[in-house]
Amino acid sequence: MMSHRYTVAALGLVLGGALILAALNQLTPVGSPLHVPAYVVALVGKYLCFAMLALAVDLVWGFGGILPLGHAAFFALGGYAMGMYLMRQIGTRGVYGNPMLPDFMVFLGWKSLPWYWTGFEWFPFAMLMVVLVPAALAAIFGWLAFRSRVGGVYLSIMTQALTYALLLAFFRNDMGFGGNNGLTDFKDIIGFSIQSDGTRSALLVVSALLLCGQLLVARFVVGSRFGKILVAVRDTESRTRFLGYRPESYKLVVWVLSAVMAGIGGALYVPQVGIINPGEFSPANSIEAVIWVAVGGRGTLIGAILGALLVNFGKTWFTSALPEFWLFALGALFIGVTLLLPHGVMGLFRGRAAKPAPAAVAKGATA
Amino acid sequence: MNPILPNVSRRGLVRLGAAAATVAAVGGIKAASAQASGPIKIGILHSLSGTMAISETTLKDVMLMMIEKQNKAGGVLGRKLEAVVVDPASNWPLFAEKARQLISVDKCAATFGCWTSVSRKSVLPVFEELNSILFYPVQYEGQECSRNVFYTGAAPNQQAIPAVDYLWNESKVKRWVLAGTDYVYPRTTNQILEAYLKSKGVAAEDIMVNYTPFGHSDWQNIVASIKKFGSAGKKTAVVSTINGDANVPFYKELGNQGIKATDIPVVAFSVGEEELAGIDTKPLVGHLAAWNYFQSIENADNKQFIADWKAFTKNPKRTTNDPMEAHVIGFNMWVKAVEKAGTVDSDAVIDALIGVSVPNLTGGYSAMMPNHHITKPVLIGEIQADGQFNTVSQTPGTVVAQEWSPYVADTKDLIGDWRAPLSCGAYNVKTKTCSTGKKA
Amino acid sequence: MKRWIFFALLAMTWLTPGAGRAQSADEALAALASTSFNTVREGVEALALSGHPRAQAIVAALQNGKLLARADKALFIKNDDGTFAEAATGAPADVPAAALKPVRVNNAVRGAIEAALGVLRLFAPDPTARLQAAEAVFRSRDPAALPALERALVAEKDPKVKLRMDQARAAALLALPSATEPDRLAAVQTLRTRGDIEARSTLGNLTGQSPAVAEAAASAILAIDRTLQLWSVLQSIYYGLSLGSVLLLAAAGLAITFGVMGVINMAHGEMVMIGAYVTFVTQQVIKTNFPALYPANLLFAIPLAFGISGLVGIAIERALIRWLYGRPLETLLATWGLSLMLQQAVRSIFGANNKDVDTPSWMSGATELGGLTLTWNRMYIVLFSVLVLAALMAALRYTSLGLRMRAVTQNRRMAAAMGIRTPWIDALTFGLGSGVAGMAGVALSQIDNVSPNLGQSYIVDSFMVVVFGGVGNLWGTVVGALTLGIVNKFLEPVAGAVLGKIVVLVLLILFIQRRPRGMFPLKGRAVET
Repeated sequence: MMSHRYTVAALGLVLGGALILAALNQLTPVGSPLHVPAYVVALVGKYLCFAMLALAVDLVWGFGGILPLGHAAFFALGGYAMGMYLMRQIGTRGVYGNPMLPDFMVFLGWKSLPWYWTGFEWFPFAMLMVVLVPAALAAIFGWLAFRSRVGGVYLSIMTQALTYALLLAFFRNDMGFGGNNGLTDFKDIIGFSIQSDGTRSALLVVSALLLCGQLLVARFVVGSRFGKILVAVRDTESRTRFLGYRPESYKLVVWVLSAVMAGIGGALYVPQVGIINPGEFSPANSIEAVIWVAVGGRGTLIGAILGALLVNFGKTWFTSALPEFWLFALGALFIGVTLLLPHGVMGLFRGRAAKPAPAAVAKGATA
Repeated sequence: MNPILPNVSRRGLVRLGAAAATVAAVGGIKAASAQASGPIKIGILHSLSGTMAISETTLKDVMLMMIEKQNKAGGVLGRKLEAVVVDPASNWPLFAEKARQLISVDKCAATFGCWTSVSRKSVLPVFEELNSILFYPVQYEGQECSRNVFYTGAAPNQQAIPAVDYLWNESKVKRWVLAGTDYVYPRTTNQILEAYLKSKGVAAEDIMVNYTPFGHSDWQNIVASIKKFGSAGKKTAVVSTINGDANVPFYKELGNQGIKATDIPVVAFSVGEEELAGIDTKPLVGHLAAWNYFQSIENADNKQFIADWKAFTKNPKRTTNDPMEAHVIGFNMWVKAVEKAGTVDSDAVIDALIGVSVPNLTGGYSAMMPNHHITKPVLIGEIQADGQFNTVSQTPGTVVAQEWSPYVADTKDLIGDWRAPLSCGAYNVKTKTCSTGKKA
Repeated sequence: MKRWIFFALLAMTWLTPGAGRAQSADEALAALASTSFNTVREGVEALALSGHPRAQAIVAALQNGKLLARADKALFIKNDDGTFAEAATGAPADVPAAALKPVRVNNAVRGAIEAALGVLRLFAPDPTARLQAAEAVFRSRDPAALPALERALVAEKDPKVKLRMDQARAAALLALPSATEPDRLAAVQTLRTRGDIEARSTLGNLTGQSPAVAEAAASAILAIDRTLQLWSVLQSIYYGLSLGSVLLLAAAGLAITFGVMGVINMAHGEMVMIGAYVTFVTQQVIKTNFPALYPANLLFAIPLAFGISGLVGIAIERALIRWLYGRPLETLLATWGLSLMLQQAVRSIFGANNKDVDTPSWMSGATELGGLTLTWNRMYIVLFSVLVLAALMAALRYTSLGLRMRAVTQNRRMAAAMGIRTPWIDALTFGLGSGVAGMAGVALSQIDNVSPNLGQSYIVDSFMVVVFGGVGNLWGTVVGALTLGIVNKFLEPVAGAVLGKIVVLVLLILFIQRRPRGMFPLKGRAVET
């Protein structure tokens, strides 16, 4: 198995790359040819957050055989938890200068903070919520779904229904999460100005660290006995069940873990892009996350990270270089990858390994 | 069976590394290629795909036309203008990313863009942080006054309140339905209107407020309930802040359920010539819209503009609308201010913009006020069968924008004034303090 | 009030024949040439009561925007052939078109025009015109119309028209200050019997009545409200059926491509969009080239949309999907990419704006059935969805192609062994599903935006419907769509449009936990695929 070396290389690249970018941004003067502008730092930071989402998708899809079409929901929930913390940090610097209420509540005529906003001014509590809220939702949804053996396409469509319902709910101004405008105009995070280059570089490095941490955790899970049973569940659920295992428990654990990973990605995403709004719940975002994984190579973990980086880099580049036709380019990329690279970009790395028989691929991919 | 975990070759690792390096390098190369002299770059930040492309694509085109025209006339300060078009794809975080790119990578001197409030809110911190200039061309909810944004669309008092006044005086409307899409612009506008109507003595039971989600397409119940609300005897009107896409099915349902403008008129703030071009307007004749510009306005400037626009788009049927006029005004103001300041430096241009006055397309002049909003005439038009508006009322002069509404308790004492020495976006005239937006 | 006095005076002049009448007619005509909407409105009102022989023609011309004024206030009517006639006499007039400006109207004038035409047409030979006229007078509640109404009532033979005129008379009487109390009470009773929302509106508008009349009116309103309440339940069912039929149309194609073939076709919405754009193009072509066929343009659009979307579907299957069989989730990715490209292609060709697809006159408006308002376009869509479904089921059940399709989807290898060319059957099945989606596009063009985003707004709902009903079962799709539609419409008034939809989604998620394979799961071996 060469995948260890391979994980080490990915870890090195992600962490090393982030550190170099941050250092070049911080240590070189503006105008120097080596200087990395804040724009790039924020951009790469954003990509790394997307990579966490992709990793989370790959964990359940590639190893659990559950195709999630609503994973962006967990990402967005983590983001909202962080956004709420950041909103509370604004304090009196909001437009209306209200020390308690965020601007949008003042303008909707709310008199007091709703109960579910309490505690979010406290960083550790907010971070706990970043983990707990997606985990709780995933646990409830997963428990209901896996227990009654909802599987395959049904499960995928249900995850989509879930994120769609959340999208509609968060759009409502009455929900108390800022409606369509979402949460924005953040000032600082644990005392550091969110707009300073130093904070941005630090966030980039933190994102890289957490992404590496998540990759290690995912590797560990996949490589453990638990992971082997999970793959067994993916490939032949009923046989595993007859052998005495409880597939639903394995699925539930990996599902909740994956939701937490996505939530952490969302939490880091928000301070780096400066806004969180219900658009993040849109079904299209979740489908896109699946596509990152497919482009990189499903079931490889590293491929998920690579796919997220590649597709998002492509999107950034296309929307500027070909503003009127970039959808053609992106669409063609998706079609090309599925037709020509059934194992994603990682498939290119297979080297001498013989291609598996089509039937095996079909079996592996159907689930 | 493990068909998915791949084997890695050394060659593969090299490729992986190369891909990562490209991602890292691209920003640097781009930044280095930006030049201090050469053409002046203008950013155009309008969605060309996604849900908002319907409205925003036109604004990109009008900007390209204005820039082309200015270049034919010799550019600005002896330098050519160059448009930098990007597609934020109706994706709000992408708006912020693209704004940052336009300012810090492409070094645009000014940016014209955004349509929805959320896109403006998303880019606002970026423009403030990097101290650049944004021209925002769409009517909006007010309650904002940034040093780096110039609002060339209407504030609520330049659109909503005159429209309500018209219905109140001319049609003797006594019962009001405030119907809107559930987002910040309708929420604020309706809040202001509700306060305004109550101040005129309208009882609470004579006001019905209804919010629907974006892109709402099944209006059967809501139109029926409007019909029912209108059957109480008093003359009823609908004030619609329904957003773009949901309007077509809304008006179709109105027409089919037989609600005519003579029974229950609908006055809309987000329906212009562009939107009407996508609807069969025959059942809508007589419904109203309030804007600061109509294509049907007759004067030489507007005639020329329409002719230019049709030639530019090579489409004799293309329509013009209010946000387009706002961009035209904003662009001309920017050109004038740059010439006045003699530089494209943001601080100098921001200061020079205040007080600049340019002809608008309705036959008068619009001026940039110290609150970074412009003066506008308010027009009320009735929809005609040909999809154009028949102006039935016009304010005698131009109206100055109230960026902070006097009908909202928390903001009634606030003013924005970006002239020295005040230089404040939200100055409380009672407490004499600047609560926010003060430039450090 | 002022307006009423004005009418009363006019009514008096009308009753005294002679010089005053001619004078008022001339004044009314002069008023029409004014640029002030108020003056024009008064002119219309005066003209209607002046007894001028051409009053009806002039007011009708004004309504259609064919009344033009010269700078010297002379009025002309534009004929259909482009020539002009003097308004007052109808004599042909030779005036340069450039010197004339149409008389502009606003809502107030338009209201006066409708009321005036109502009075003028009370004596029209066509009973439908008289019925409409009576309705217009009813809505105007104008006491000045009373004398004309009385005369019309005497002459009227048609009982339906007579009833409507009687109601109009009641409405006008209640607004006449000099009416006696028994008359008023009788009028309230007439309105109570009418019992619809218009009657309620008239009763609700009463002011300054005697206590007895006010009491009668209040009890009439209560009675009407009670009946309307009952009708509103039926109305909600109708709304639900109509929403359900829209969902059904959108999902029917998907029930084939996804339900029967197992292809997760994310470009399904774009097939619907293509159908809508085909409708748009067909309308434009017919409008310019074959105007005589224009009222029937949708009938041409339906087969065209089916054919073109179907061909696009076959092309997609041949070029893309056939390489991905056995990898259903990867078809999701490829078709998602395809949907992005199709959207952008349509945007590049037609522009990003909405396109104006006309609703033919036979599909516009509504009919009243008791207290129900049945809008024609929705009725036709319900009907259309029934027809499409019936045709689809018949095609699957009774044609040889349908037989082969079912054979291939149930057991591909056995079907191939029996000599069925499975690749072509796949292509045709996918084409059929796409074609049905295209027909849905024709229907949706009548109620929604025709824009590149059209498909996107239905794709999530379509998948929900198919999954809810049970994949692979057309009946499941039918029941699923109608259930979702009706539940949604009953929740909407209670919870609001947004919350209603959220509740439906949550219920759907919970339902799938109870029935993990939808309402009507397929039984047997097919389940394992």
